This record gives sequence, structure tokens and C-alpha cells, in this order.
Amino acid sequence: MILLQLFLSFLQIGLFSVGGGYAAIPLIQSQVVDLHGWLTETEFLDLATIAEMTPGPIAVNGATFVGLKVAGIPGAVAATVGDVLPSLVIVSLLAWVYRRYRELPVLQSVLGSLRPAVVALILSAGANMLLQVTFGSRSMVSWSRFNWAGAALFTVAFFVLRKFRLNPVAVMLACGVAGLFLGLLGVF
Amino acid sequence: MQPRGAGKSPDEKHPAPLPEKGRACWILFCSMLYISAFTFGGGFVIVTFMKRRFVDQLRWLEEQEMLDMTALAQSAPGPIAVNAAIQVGWKVAGFAGMLSAVFGTILPPMVILSVISLFYQRFAANRYVAYALKGMQSGVAAVILDVAVSLAVKVVRSKEWIHCMVMAAAFAAAFFLKANVIWIILAAALVGIFLALLRRKGGTAA
Repeated sequence: MILLQLFLSFLQIGLFSVGGGYAAIPLIQSQVVDLHGWLTETEFLDLATIAEMTPGPIAVNGATFVGLKVAGIPGAVAATVGDVLPSLVIVSLLAWVYRRYRELPVLQSVLGSLRPAVVALILSAGANMLLQVTFGSRSMVSWSRFNWAGAALFTVAFFVLRKFRLNPVAVMLACGVAGLFLGLLGVF
Repeated sequence: MQPRGAGKSPDEKHPAPLPEKGRACWILFCSMLYISAFTFGGGFVIVTFMKRRFVDQLRWLEEQEMLDMTALAQSAPGPIAVNAAIQVGWKVAGFAGMLSAVFGTILPPMVILSVISLFYQRFAANRYVAYALKGMQSGVAAVILDVAVSLAVKVVRSKEWIHCMVMAAAFAAAFFLKANVIWIILAAALVGIFLALLRRKGGTAA
């Protein structure tokens, strides 16, 4: 019964969180904290923090965390399956439509203007991350809180990527190691 | 086997032939497992890593296809990473490919989160972990901006000024106005429909 509840709860989260991770957070909160009381407010904040720090989609992280706490490993599986099921159905259908009709002039034209918009969205996500790294916040930008070490690390990583086309995962891990050293030296 | 999309693909990057199905599924699973295990941050981060892997390295997809898939992943419900994996999976190896890609995408967060929720208190309090994570944030920002800049340069070089304007307007709306992504996608789609109508009218008039 609890497994079914978890499944249905995360099915709704998966179905209504359009636009990625940050859209899922308020939905998870309303289902998990307000409606079912599976997590307290504090536990939910912990979940949001963990989801930020760990790889993977926030909704999948949330499903695993809540499922585990409420009903162990079967709970984690039930919640995760519920979370991705709407995507599997809807996106598969849309992908079929795309492959079937993408040669149509109207769809060509729509896709033609969608592509630059998507590029802009990726650019904006990257710019927001850069603000986060250099100023520690994306809304409160002030030079007094400028993080020289973070900015320098970004500049080196960006240069290395553009110039030498290195493996991005390797660059990222190297930044992690550099961060550890900078932290130990007390400049981070 | 796949028709070249709109004849606009970059000349040196013709799609490479796909391996046989079982092998394609295995490569899909491993690629998504690897990407998903190492990409921190939101859905756009994982999409840029997927572009590097499936477009630049394996050459299974064309850049335009990846952008189309990103738009669709962003506009459909559910996690962007999962939505993008579904599409790449279908394209490369059908239903089995889709399942392999999705499974590879959700396995790392499930395992990592299970382990972390056991040790959460100690993990969060550990300052060495915090330093490393902070350093990795710089790296992620560099990776995502590297890909974004390359893509943006291509849009500008295409000299389609309406597309350049769409890009500038979408960036302003997302970055400065913090507009909802769904509205931005819908607005760009409307511009496309409008252009198609305009072209059709121009075609019959001329």
C-alpha cells in the first residue's frame, strides 16, 4: 500500500514538473511534506541540499531519498519508477512525432527558431553558474564578495577546454582536486 | 540510413555508422552511466556532456538533432536528463536503447543517494568534501560555457539575423528577467510558426 502511494505521488511529480530540476522542488515539497508527511521541513531542506551537491536529476534524487526513508529499497524503486514513467510515455511519443514529421516546412521553421533559444538557455544556465562560482550567489552580486580563487579556477578550466579540447569530466575532477588544495591553503 | 537533416550539417562531421544493436545498447548504458555519475547541477549540464559524447566523440547524432532533443526534453514533463536519454536511446537502438539509456541515467543518482543518505550528517559537515565540491563548481561552469559559446558562435556565423535575435532575446529573458523557460520555448516556437507562414505567403506572392 505504501509502495503504491509512493509510486502515485512521484508519478504526479514526474508528470507536472515541466522544465527540469528546480521546477520539481516545490512539487516534491507539497507531496512529501504537506500531503503525506513523509519528511519534516528540516529533512526536506537536507534533501534539497543533497540533491544540489550530488549528480543526477533532483526528482530522481528526491524519489530515492524519500522512498528509502519510508519503505527501504523497494520504496526507492517504486518512487523512482513512478517519477520517470510519465517521461517515458510522453517523450517517446513526442520523439516519434519529431522523427516522423521533422521534414515538414512548418516544423523545420519551428525547430529553426527553437535551436537558438535553446543555445541561449544553455548560455544563461552557464552564466548563472559562473555568477554562483565568482560571487557565491546568482542574485546578490557585489564585488566585496568576489571569489578570486573560484574565478581563477574557472578561467584556467575554460581556457584549457577551449584550447586543448580536453575531456570535460577530467577537467571537472581536476578542479575538484584544485579546490581541495586551495581550501587547505585557506584561500577558497 | 538516416537522411541528412536539412543539408546544413557541418561537412567534416557526417554521422558515423551505428554499431549493431546489442553493442549500441551497451555503449548507451555505459555512456549515460558515466555522464550521469559525474554531472553535478541541473539538466543543461548533462545535456552539454551528452552533446560532447554523442555528437562530438561517437558522432551518432548531428548537432542540430541534439539541440532539437534538448528543446523537447526541456518542454516535456520530467527530468531533462531522463528526457534527453529517452530520445537518444530511441534514435540509436529503439525501445531497448531507450531502456538502456534511461537505466544508465537513473542508476548513479539512486546508488549515490542511497549511500549518502546513510552518511549524510558526516558528509555535509566534512570541509574537505565542501572544498572539492566548490572547486568542481568552477569546472562545471567552464564546461557548460565552453559548449554554449561554441553553439552561440555557430548561430551568429549562420548569419540568419532572425535566429540571432531569437537567441539574444531568449538570453535576456532567461538571464536578466528570469522568465519561465516554458514561455521562452513557446515564444521561440511561435516565431518559427510565424516565419513559416510569412515564407509561404511570400512564396505564393512571388
